[in-house]
Amino acid sequence: MMPDPLVVDLSRLQFAATAMYHFLFVPLTLGLSLMLAIMESVYVMTGKEIYKQMTKFWGKLFGINFALGVATGITMEFQFGTNWSYYSQYVGDIFGTPLAIEGLMAFFMESTFVGLFFFGWDKLSRVKHLMVTWLVALGSNFSALWILIANGWMQYPVGAEFNPETLRMEMSSFAEVFFNPVAQVKFVHTVSAGYATAACFVLGISAWYLLKGRHIAFAQRSFAIAAAFGLASVLSVITLGDESGYEIGHSQKVKLAAIEGMWETHQPPAPFTVVGMIDSENMKTDYAIEIPWIMGLIATRSVDKPITGIRDLVAEHEIKIRNGMQAYAALQQVRANPEDAGARARLMEHQADLGYGLLVKRYAPDVVDATDEQIAQAARDGIPPVGPLFWAFRIMVGAGFFMLGVFVLAIIATSRNTVLRQRWLLKLAVFTIPMPWIASEMGWFVAEVGRQPWTVAEILPTWISVSSLSVGDLIFSLGGFVLLYTALLVVEMYLMIKFARQGPDDPTPTGGADTPSLTSAQQA
Amino acid sequence: MTELLAFLMSYETLRFIWWLFLGVLLIGFAIMDGFDLGVGALLPWVARTDDERRVLINAIGPTWEGNQVWFILGGGAIFAAYPLIYSAAFSGFFVALILVLFALILRPVGFDYRSKLPHPQWRSMWDWGLFIGGFVPALVFGVAFGNLLQGVPFYFDDSLRVHYEGGLPGLLNPFGLLAGVVSLSMLVMQGAAFLLLKTVGHLRERAHRALGVAALVFALSFAGAGLWVGFGIDGYVLTAFAGTEAASNPVAKEVVRQTGAWFANFKATPVLWLVPLLAFTGAFGAWWLAARRPGVGFIASSVAVACTILTAGIAMFPFMMPSSLEPAHSLTVWDATSSLLTLRWMFWMTVLFLPLILFYTSWVFSVLRGPVTLEQVSDSHEHY
Repeated sequence: MMPDPLVVDLSRLQFAATAMYHFLFVPLTLGLSLMLAIMESVYVMTGKEIYKQMTKFWGKLFGINFALGVATGITMEFQFGTNWSYYSQYVGDIFGTPLAIEGLMAFFMESTFVGLFFFGWDKLSRVKHLMVTWLVALGSNFSALWILIANGWMQYPVGAEFNPETLRMEMSSFAEVFFNPVAQVKFVHTVSAGYATAACFVLGISAWYLLKGRHIAFAQRSFAIAAAFGLASVLSVITLGDESGYEIGHSQKVKLAAIEGMWETHQPPAPFTVVGMIDSENMKTDYAIEIPWIMGLIATRSVDKPITGIRDLVAEHEIKIRNGMQAYAALQQVRANPEDAGARARLMEHQADLGYGLLVKRYAPDVVDATDEQIAQAARDGIPPVGPLFWAFRIMVGAGFFMLGVFVLAIIATSRNTVLRQRWLLKLAVFTIPMPWIASEMGWFVAEVGRQPWTVAEILPTWISVSSLSVGDLIFSLGGFVLLYTALLVVEMYLMIKFARQGPDDPTPTGGADTPSLTSAQQA
Repeated sequence: MTELLAFLMSYETLRFIWWLFLGVLLIGFAIMDGFDLGVGALLPWVARTDDERRVLINAIGPTWEGNQVWFILGGGAIFAAYPLIYSAAFSGFFVALILVLFALILRPVGFDYRSKLPHPQWRSMWDWGLFIGGFVPALVFGVAFGNLLQGVPFYFDDSLRVHYEGGLPGLLNPFGLLAGVVSLSMLVMQGAAFLLLKTVGHLRERAHRALGVAALVFALSFAGAGLWVGFGIDGYVLTAFAGTEAASNPVAKEVVRQTGAWFANFKATPVLWLVPLLAFTGAFGAWWLAARRPGVGFIASSVAVACTILTAGIAMFPFMMPSSLEPAHSLTVWDATSSLLTLRWMFWMTVLFLPLILFYTSWVFSVLRGPVTLEQVSDSHEHY
């Protein structure tokens, strides 16, 4: 029985919506937990109350964000089973492992200690409370590690083999799954993006206080910490951008070609297309503005390795689909007669392309009798939507470089002690607050839409991965999630803005006692 | 030593250990987050004024988040160790599980946001949110168990895709609802037992009355469900299968249905009757001791919770998710697990991290020990 195409689309929409809502809160949790730990460390080392006040105030905003991160995160752990049951049974042997370890090693620690972070100020010594804060930060970052190992495996599935007896993928090497280069690059890129998010958040809100002339000492210190932390993070995001993972694995190559709108294989080193009009119909990019060499350098870290263009990738897909059809035929024979050595040998030979056999199953349910036209159609399906990827990627990179510029200016102003005078910079910092969120959401769009048509690259097509549900089921769940999440997001934004405007419980609201000149300058 | 390790690392032993581990996680969830769910379900009834409600919320506020991870980890562990059950159960119980998720989503925001604004309507809205977040999951988990015991209408097609017939209305059958009453009363009892440790005065008296009612309802419904399982419901019997070491193929066995078959394990090993007996004893002990010795009362209630879950697990063993539509496609301990390598890795990870979790959880609880009072919440803005 074939899954209903509408159920597939609605399931994808639900996963995309719930994941994107979830990732509104995750990066701030990742980064702010670490910034809280840094602020509190300064407090414990120097004994200055203002750093405790900073930890508590930013901690309060952290809590408002954390609650929705947890709320939207519960869904993610169970959604693979509810909506993607064929996926879960086909790759759960590998994919479930990092998810379970995430719970055991990371999320348990983060969630157990987060309560003590808020409620333990009077019950714990300074050092013990600091330890609690660090464990929360450590927990949330370890959590990201295991989730990205799971996600990295979907992009580049290593350490796994197909088992014809159980009709599923099974783990062959835990070490390969753990040390998956795509996962490692993704982890560093994603947590750095989280740090940059928190830095923009703290920088922007601090800048707003400085513009209003409130909480000067508090805001200046927060501004300085955010500027330094943010510059380091955003440099890490950009230089360790996960483009470096794109030369590994066929599916990643397809994603790279789509992001760059590279229709033709280019003589190395390939140029980078800054902007252009994507014409997917005719497989070309019009009015392209190109910078020579750059693409080849970024993607292959070399001047002599070619980057395959989309037209050639489609041709490769046709070959893989024909191999996959052979694998599928052999698999049916092995299922019918496990003793058939010839069929087993044929299955082994073509096993790597079995997923491509499933790709054509969408058009030819029996696979083995697919026509040339159906094969060509499935081969084109092997390319994700080029236009949206091309633009989403450029928005992400643009936002990243914009943040880099803001952090550089903020660092210069901080070191020259001119922050209060440069009101345009403060306004710019407030305006920059949404940038990291735009970049993160675009980044996930590129990563996940760029992996299409697969849930697990070259192994399991998306359309086959869904549960056997009805359209009504999906309307209920998707509608419920969107309504509930949107209502909660509105409440969260309201509280966040209210408490950010309210500011820290400051005994001297117009500024700290240790910055008299600045305070008087502001009042004058 | 090597022989012991070989025995421990065999597919058969690891499958059994993972059945136990899932039991441990489920029991951990029911004991730890169970009292949070129970307090949520009791919130509008035991606490009447705003400050009283804040006492209840702050009694569980600092620790509920960690407790909920028993549930999240349970989801992850079943995914890793029993992927076939993860996919069949969660897609099969689709509407029920989505309802549970909707309800659970209200808790983190309810706890954190409720007392951030003073408006009575705002606070009352979140109080009902916390009530739903406790009541709905506590009820639905029992309903799901009740349906597992009766068999669930699913089958696998030839590509091992699971199909399910019947939706939420099918789950809401009389036995399923009775099982829902068992779990709801059990977790309300657990919540009330915890409140006896964490509150004083009027609140504590009301919690004690709630504990008595819940323990009585639990004992009656658990006994009723037991009789029903013994004489009114078909159990499942494994008559032929590929063996405890075979690859996980869920459609290669023969199964028959028989009334009373869910009692077979108890009849074969009579000492197991102690488990359901302990469930009754625990509930009685919780009611009897909670007022004078709240610590012992809470432990007694926890024993009742653990033994109730164990009773269901033992009754069904080796079945985990029987199929009423195609009994031969039922999922068992022997044919629904992940591969040997995955079970081994997950075994070592659990052995390493579970004791650590228990260690730091105990430390956090010991830091936060002692009752929460009206005075504390009314003159502090550090509290929820």
